[in-house]
Amino acid sequence: MSVATVFEIVLAAVVLGLGIWTTAVRETYSATVGFIAYGLLVALIWVRLDAVDVALTEAAIGGGLGGVLLLGAAARLRNAELVATEAPGKVTRVSAAALSILIAAALAGAVLMLPDSVSTLAPTVVAHTWATGLTNPITNVLMAFRAMDTMLEKVVLLLAIVGVWSLAPDSAWGGHPGPRHQTDPHGVLAFLARLLPPVGIVVGIYILWTGANHPGGAFQGGAILASMWLLAIMAGLTDTPPVSSRRLRFILIAGPGLFLIVGLGGLWFGAAFLAYPPALAKPLILGIEIAMILTIATTLGLLLAGAPERSAER
Amino acid sequence: MSAVTVFGLCAAAAVGLGLYGLITNPQPLRKIIAFNLLGSGVFLLFGVIGRRGAAAGVGNDPVPQALVITGVVVAFSATALAIALLLRLFQKAGSTTLSNGALPSAGSDPPSG
Repeated sequence: MSVATVFEIVLAAVVLGLGIWTTAVRETYSATVGFIAYGLLVALIWVRLDAVDVALTEAAIGGGLGGVLLLGAAARLRNAELVATEAPGKVTRVSAAALSILIAAALAGAVLMLPDSVSTLAPTVVAHTWATGLTNPITNVLMAFRAMDTMLEKVVLLLAIVGVWSLAPDSAWGGHPGPRHQTDPHGVLAFLARLLPPVGIVVGIYILWTGANHPGGAFQGGAILASMWLLAIMAGLTDTPPVSSRRLRFILIAGPGLFLIVGLGGLWFGAAFLAYPPALAKPLILGIEIAMILTIATTLGLLLAGAPERSAER
Repeated sequence: MSAVTVFGLCAAAAVGLGLYGLITNPQPLRKIIAFNLLGSGVFLLFGVIGRRGAAAGVGNDPVPQALVITGVVVAFSATALAIALLLRLFQKAGSTTLSNGALPSAGSDPPSG
């Protein structure tokens, strides 16, 4: 057992401090900002745990897009805080604290008393790299060995967007999500929204492409593309599309749809559902990933934009 | 004590803090944030256990890593759905209280303008 370096102890302490701040602070807005800082530092922990793929996802989705989502909600709900909500009684708080401490202590005990024998799937994953032609083990797991999970996760994203859209008031049914943003066309935001997207789109596609062999992939790249799209929307350069648009809906189902077709093809021509023939594995996976990055970017962007608020006619 | 253990204890504490916030905080948005804190602690525990599975030149067991990546995206979409529900409740009822006593007044949708 090596001794933890000062850096790691300080990092863990700061993350813990931010977690306490997020839970205890009075204003929701401060809690949101604390949680964003927490998310970004947790990404650093993931780097220290040698899981750069997860770190990228956590920073892009957990810290970045999740932060925008929470900040937007905190800003819109600011008036709701003025209505006094009664805090739970002392008995509830004490028993909740006791329960939380008990569970945290049990988990900490489990971490401290892990058995010496280690079971790992890493050698199995590395040994089967030949089957796909990709060398990033995480992409292999996501896109081939546990492809079913990834496909179902795309379906979850689709269900979430259906759920969000179904919250539209009758007057805005099938309309544009979120408010129409107006900004000074010569201001800093509009300038950045023109300057950054070309760079961001290149970076997003690069992260998708490099994900075959290095940390990266469709999720991380898709989150970057989504943030570029949102930047243009927030600067008022473009509007959110009406959710009744057929082209939009086609993009939303492209990822899971292609995944399902390839999976059924594996059932028809090959050994099993989602079984890729080794010779075609890399082109098939890349094709699914390209469809998926479009779906992920669009879905993440629309989830952030929220329920339709303006009718499509205007 | 190794670095991995330090992060493991940090993850356990995050789960506890998230659970406490989820139960005691009366505001729904704070409950959503607390739930995300709890989830992030669970993900970190995956990473801590997976770090022990470093083998064959991979620094962290790739299977839990892939699970966590999937989990982060699903947690984000669930959060987005919860926040959309909350904003709609606020729009419809004018408050976000979850208590049974204050039933939302039967408000109608604001006319589209």
